[in-house]
Amino acid sequence: MSALLDVEDLVVHHGQLCAVDDVSLHVAEGEVLAVVGANGAGKSTLLRTIAGLHRPSAGVVHFAGEDVSRLGAHERVRRGISLVPEGRRLFRSLTLEENLLVGAHKALTGSFDIPAVYEIFPWMRERRRASVAQFSGGEQQAVAIGRALVANPRVLMLDEVSLGLAPIVIERIYEVIPSIVAQGVAVLLVEQDVSQGLKVAHRVHCLLEGRTSLEGRPDELSARDIEEAYFGADLHHSQPGGPS
Amino acid sequence: MSATLVPDVGRTVVRANYHPATLVGGSVVVAAFFSAAPWILPAAWVSVLNNFFLLLILATMWNLLAGYAGMVSIGQQGFIGLGSYALLYLALKGMNPFAAIPLAALVAGVIAVPVTFLLFRLRGGYFSVATWVVADSAMLVILSISYLGGGTGRPMPGLTSLSPTEYNHDSYLATWLTALVVSVGTYLLLRSRLGLVLASMRDSETAARSSGAKVTSTRRWIFVIAAMGCGAAGAVLAISQPFVQPGNAFNINWLAEMLFATIIGGIGTVEGPIIGTIVYFVLYQTLQGLGAWYLIIFGALAVAVALWQPGGVWGLVRDKTRFELLPVGYRVREK
Amino acid sequence: MTWTNVIVQGILFGGFYALFACGLSLLFGVMRIINLAHGDIAVVAGYTAVFLVPHLHIAEVWGFVVVVPIFALVGYVLQRTLLQAALDRSPLTTLLVTFGLSVLIENLLLEIYTANGQSVNIGSLIGNSWQVNSVIYVSWFQLVVLIVAVAVLGVLQVYLSKTNTGRLIRAVSDDREAAQICGANYRHIFGIAAAIAVATVALAGISYGILTELTPTTGGSQVLLYAFEAVVIGGIGSLWGTLIGGILLGVAQQIGAHYNPAYQVLAGHVLFLAILALRPQGLFGKKEALT
Ligand SMILES: Nc1ncnc2c1ncn2[C@@H]1O[C@H](COP(=O)(O)OP(=O)(O)OP(=O)(O)O)[C@@H](O)[C@H]1O
Ligand SMILES: [Mg+2]
Repeated sequence: MSALLDVEDLVVHHGQLCAVDDVSLHVAEGEVLAVVGANGAGKSTLLRTIAGLHRPSAGVVHFAGEDVSRLGAHERVRRGISLVPEGRRLFRSLTLEENLLVGAHKALTGSFDIPAVYEIFPWMRERRRASVAQFSGGEQQAVAIGRALVANPRVLMLDEVSLGLAPIVIERIYEVIPSIVAQGVAVLLVEQDVSQGLKVAHRVHCLLEGRTSLEGRPDELSARDIEEAYFGADLHHSQPGGPS
Repeated sequence: MSATLVPDVGRTVVRANYHPATLVGGSVVVAAFFSAAPWILPAAWVSVLNNFFLLLILATMWNLLAGYAGMVSIGQQGFIGLGSYALLYLALKGMNPFAAIPLAALVAGVIAVPVTFLLFRLRGGYFSVATWVVADSAMLVILSISYLGGGTGRPMPGLTSLSPTEYNHDSYLATWLTALVVSVGTYLLLRSRLGLVLASMRDSETAARSSGAKVTSTRRWIFVIAAMGCGAAGAVLAISQPFVQPGNAFNINWLAEMLFATIIGGIGTVEGPIIGTIVYFVLYQTLQGLGAWYLIIFGALAVAVALWQPGGVWGLVRDKTRFELLPVGYRVREK
Repeated sequence: MTWTNVIVQGILFGGFYALFACGLSLLFGVMRIINLAHGDIAVVAGYTAVFLVPHLHIAEVWGFVVVVPIFALVGYVLQRTLLQAALDRSPLTTLLVTFGLSVLIENLLLEIYTANGQSVNIGSLIGNSWQVNSVIYVSWFQLVVLIVAVAVLGVLQVYLSKTNTGRLIRAVSDDREAAQICGANYRHIFGIAAAIAVATVALAGISYGILTELTPTTGGSQVLLYAFEAVVIGGIGSLWGTLIGGILLGVAQQIGAHYNPAYQVLAGHVLFLAILALRPQGLFGKKEALT
């Protein structure tokens, strides 16, 4: 199979602890894949490994037909892999615009540049010279997404963008995803909140203690399947790999 | 998961992988040998042993500071100097220099107490450089006191009544006994409650930071103890010279030697300073007459060890054999 | 009037200390390294000016034009090799390695060039001074160094806040990983910061060698300590604070020296310890910078 992003049999350790255990997944251009799972399921570790911030103990990451497993995180950005990290991780001593400029400094050519981000989030234009340290959680999250977008990624990874935000703010953040996908960008998003993930995703991938417990299209999966795959209740009765 | 957290049956918790009586018996034999050294070894060897134990004291103290309490002091030469000069002062006032050694160590320790209140306001590398500022200040103050000989120094009084042989024996014994007290004291300290706090500080910095006051007071104790140890070393140094001079007593090379010996032997292990000191003396004896080259090679070795073998020589031995000479922690052993 | 002169001389020395300090401050700000070999690098730069430049058929005042770029390169390479390897281990390792480096440099200089003092000779230029009145003399050379120090700090400030690379340096020092996923190779950025830091301290070392003399141990016991004191007095993390810190240190030393030449250095230490006791974050620093 040759999608845009192919992750094959990935194993990642934090010291002794195996955080991601033999996970494979594929994301095609213009597709939205939601990875869901409980606290500590290994979702962030998976995304960070794809971004190049962790070295896998086994397995490969193929991107656009190339094995990128040995590339550093900064080199993967040049290939078109961008991550919106858990906790936003903005540059706190920089202004909004400077954050975006850093995000764009190794950008690929494409339709997203700083003015385009200001189109998506019009409030930013006003406050581009403000230091991001004083921004609210939702504003910071928008900047983090903008910072990743201006690199013109071919796959955009979003790690729990809804965490700690009010429902109305979450809605506004999620509103922008379709317009991003419309440009042909693949989106790989991680959510603890399953319903949020199901709403936008074309496919769902459930992780349980580092292993794939279920994958499939949202409309194919029953609430009960997902609950089991998510919490691991009665795991030995369900099929590992799930109905896909 | 569960296997690492809960020791199963079939394992026992032990300190050492040999019988405790072996440790005590072995220590007594070693102690008896070194106490008898002046009578059974040639004078040249005794003088080498004297320097060996001096560096052993220093390395043990630096290891306690940096390896166990995470305080990378580069100002311990200050306490060596203060110990030397405290002893000189006490001897000038008529005290027997040998009897004054503990008092000189105490002076260094007392001076260290207010110093910690200033230095603990800084962290990491800033703390390190500040220790040097304190050491340099101590030297500059001593330099300006003409009673203590100013820049040129003064001979140590109170030793002229001894014959040369007596002097050699006594000064060796003073160094050796100080080293013994410092080593045994450090070993017992690491096995005490304070040692437990140190271990928890090392294992989990965040957990240790949450009980901040305890960590600070532990660090303060360690700093003061290390100052006393270095002060004692300075005192025995002053006797074995027997001339006290700022350029020697406050020399940064003491720091370089104790630091390199600790790293090469294995920082954060009880055995490390001993091994490192042995490596140092092997190098020193081999490269005699080549000026500062012994220090250059020793330093280059220490840099290489810090980068590529951070456990030092002892870490290497222990990983290969799982053997501990002087156990301080507990371990789970398969039956 | 004598007091005015003491203060003026102190301010002039402050220029040196600020120049010594800005590299130390930059390296700490960007990669949290205290480079204990900072001063020794300055001395090596001075020795290079003394022993290399006479072979180059250029006027010795212009020696720095050759030496400073060489040291920028040295800084980059040092960072990409030894310092990065140490940084990958732990903060403790960076201290051990830079201390080791410092001892190595001092003893190598001692073995090769003996303990004798070395001066960079710029001929009669050094003697030029401007007599303000009967007691106040201002050495032209020291005035130039002070101006250079202010200029270096100003350029550095503009570089960090206005240029692309400067922005990346700030981003990397805020959050290394976040900078990586923005496409920044933080190791390269660290290398650039180290190049700047080493270049500035090389410039300081050469200037110091022109004004007085350098010995193998000048780097540790003087340059490093003064630079460090200037940084802490001014406030960790504040470039302009470092300039003020350097000037205050210079003034304190001159006041000490006025009473007794033997008190010059001690007076600086006393000011430093007083600041530590009364205002540990320094005059212009933020409290957070301490932790
Ligand atoms: N840097 C690290 N060092 C050690 N262990 C880690 C590290 N990062 C994560 N872990 C551990 O790896 C496991 C997976 O963590 P990960 O952050 O990937 O989970 P997650 O699914 O993203 O959880 P959450 O929903 O809380 O963000 C957890 O047990 C976590 O404690
Ligand atoms: Mg996570």
